[in-house]
Amino acid sequence: MIIGEHKPIRELLAMIDGYNNILMVGCKGCVTVCNAGGSKEVAILAAALRIARRKQDKPVTIDEFTLDRQCEPEFISWLEDPVEKNKYDAIVSLACSIGPQYIAEAFETMVALPGLNTSFMGGTVEHGIWEEYCAACGSCVIHNFGGLCPITRCAKGLLNGPCGGSVDGRCEINEDIDCVWELIYRRMQKLGQVHRLEESIGAKDWSTSLSGGPRRIIREDLTV
Amino acid sequence: MTKEFEPQIIAFCCEYCSYAAADLAGSIRMSYPPNVKVILVPCSGRVDPVYLLHALEKGADGVYVTGCEEGGCHFLTGNLKAKKRVAYIRKMLDEMGIEQDRVQMFNIAASDAPEFARVAKMMTEKIRELGPNPIKGKGTAGPQSDLSVQEGQL
Amino acid sequence: MKAETNLQKILARGEFAVTCEYNPPRGTDVDSVRRNAAQLKGKVDAVNVNDNTNARVRMSSWALSRILLDVGIEPILQMVTRDRNRIALQSDLLGASALGIQNVLCLTGDHPSKGDHPEAKGVFDIDAIQWISAVKQIRDQGLLMNGKDISGNPKLFIGAVANPFVQSVELHVIRLQKKVGAGAEFIQTQPVLDMERFKTWLGEAAQRGLTDKCFIIAGVIALSSVAMAQHLRSNVPGMMIPDTIMDRLGAQPEDRQLEEGVNICVECIEALKQVKGVKGVHIMAIGCEENIPEIIEKAKLLPRPDLS
Repeated sequence: MIIGEHKPIRELLAMIDGYNNILMVGCKGCVTVCNAGGSKEVAILAAALRIARRKQDKPVTIDEFTLDRQCEPEFISWLEDPVEKNKYDAIVSLACSIGPQYIAEAFETMVALPGLNTSFMGGTVEHGIWEEYCAACGSCVIHNFGGLCPITRCAKGLLNGPCGGSVDGRCEINEDIDCVWELIYRRMQKLGQVHRLEESIGAKDWSTSLSGGPRRIIREDLTV
Repeated sequence: MTKEFEPQIIAFCCEYCSYAAADLAGSIRMSYPPNVKVILVPCSGRVDPVYLLHALEKGADGVYVTGCEEGGCHFLTGNLKAKKRVAYIRKMLDEMGIEQDRVQMFNIAASDAPEFARVAKMMTEKIRELGPNPIKGKGTAGPQSDLSVQEGQL
Repeated sequence: MKAETNLQKILARGEFAVTCEYNPPRGTDVDSVRRNAAQLKGKVDAVNVNDNTNARVRMSSWALSRILLDVGIEPILQMVTRDRNRIALQSDLLGASALGIQNVLCLTGDHPSKGDHPEAKGVFDIDAIQWISAVKQIRDQGLLMNGKDISGNPKLFIGAVANPFVQSVELHVIRLQKKVGAGAEFIQTQPVLDMERFKTWLGEAAQRGLTDKCFIIAGVIALSSVAMAQHLRSNVPGMMIPDTIMDRLGAQPEDRQLEEGVNICVECIEALKQVKGVKGVHIMAIGCEENIPEIIEKAKLLPRPDLS
């Protein structure tokens, strides 16, 4: 899932400064699962911002709503009536950054503000802890590494790791993180495939990643 | 004659320990300030962080959560979750420009009526010292009910 | 075409090689560089020129390498893959070669988060092994990574690095094997202060035939003080300084610690001279580079063979 964290209150207050009638929209997708932008988080942040603005003598109306997903133009269109009726001057989206971008596209004269810092693609480690597992390189080769991704989980993205900074099986840059190459080595031992680690992996073709430009996928069999 | 500020304080008290202590305080005629309005919850872990903010938004001068003593929670870890949620909201209050001490958490055993009374007295005095909720009298309270949103009813 | 640099000839002849390390200045002041370099002339076979080591901005490695060449010192150009993509790396290599630089040390480099510009984007387009392989292709086939041919005939002696003190030994020796397989001809290691662990790693390397396929140059370090040793332990990834060494330094009063550090370094060199598979030493003296000539002399490594 896409994982993010809401922006600090101070930054949100600076962002909504000057706007007095706001709609805050959450998302029932990824950001609900990672407790960053679901309906509960919308309620908390909306209340916090209203209180803070009242203290500043600049009261603000913040209405609260949560869409099934914000990465779907059809769901965004459900906001058309309330926006028309309530004349908001800004919409704060607590979805990943795709949300406010879709809102900006759908409502050309509406200020769309990102309430979340979208961080990474990953999964749950345990309740309250999420880790990055995929960097969307566009050509997945984790099967060469026992099912682990060194591009994402090695700080230097080494395909022929580990580096010489891998001390006691921990990553050079953060001793709270396992060196993924140690993990790959142990997995390959369990799979009886350590000899495969002796093959040098050639330079990666990054053109399938964001480095090659913004990407688009078209499925001819599905387009109308 | 000016009226001295009387704090209005909400206390979320868990059924199995702290509410029982409150009851006991009542039965043995132990007095505690009427400023504290008790709300019964089955467990302090039931308290959603948003209740603490809504209480302040609707005019409470202080809010506190009472749960069982650590290790003695009837639902095992409810009070530990409550502790973390109170800490989270306190940190948020700092960024909002509101005094952190308006929101606190205490652990009170079922038999400890004196502690219940002591906490109620202590919080009342603390909030009296901090003064009225700084947003009282500024703008309207709570989510705008005429514009506010239930699911799908915007 | 294989290079016949001074370093390469010394190693090929079976002489015990001596190299040392030089960190370029954080600025454009080259006068001090020339002064310091003059001291090393005739005392070392080649000098490493760091490439923004520890991800801290310094004068570029190839520029300083050229300056060293001008004062008669043979440089080893370090090239990290952290800051430049394959386009820039190949380009810089061609430029360096045109300027007469022939020894190239290929490595990944320390992560930007540990350096002085932690907000910078780490490039890591390719890793050390892929870079070694590319350098070899440029030298032996005259082809860039995309197969396009180049003009000229760069002569290069290719090196890489290894850390004998990290887990798991087998995994790191496999990586060394890949570096040698990709084309690395000499290997410099992190400073050896723990002889037992070094020998364990060396043994594994020897078992895989690597000590015959490349020249292993063991790192040694002159610790100038307990404070410096502590700083290196905490801040330089992969630096292993055993407690026994810390205690030995600490037992000296502050003004005698540098002398003790020099003594420890000399003892390490003498011990490494006796180890089969070690073909030379690489002397690091962070913050006390002026002591390098003294160390070389005390370790009886002078005079350097003159193969001109």
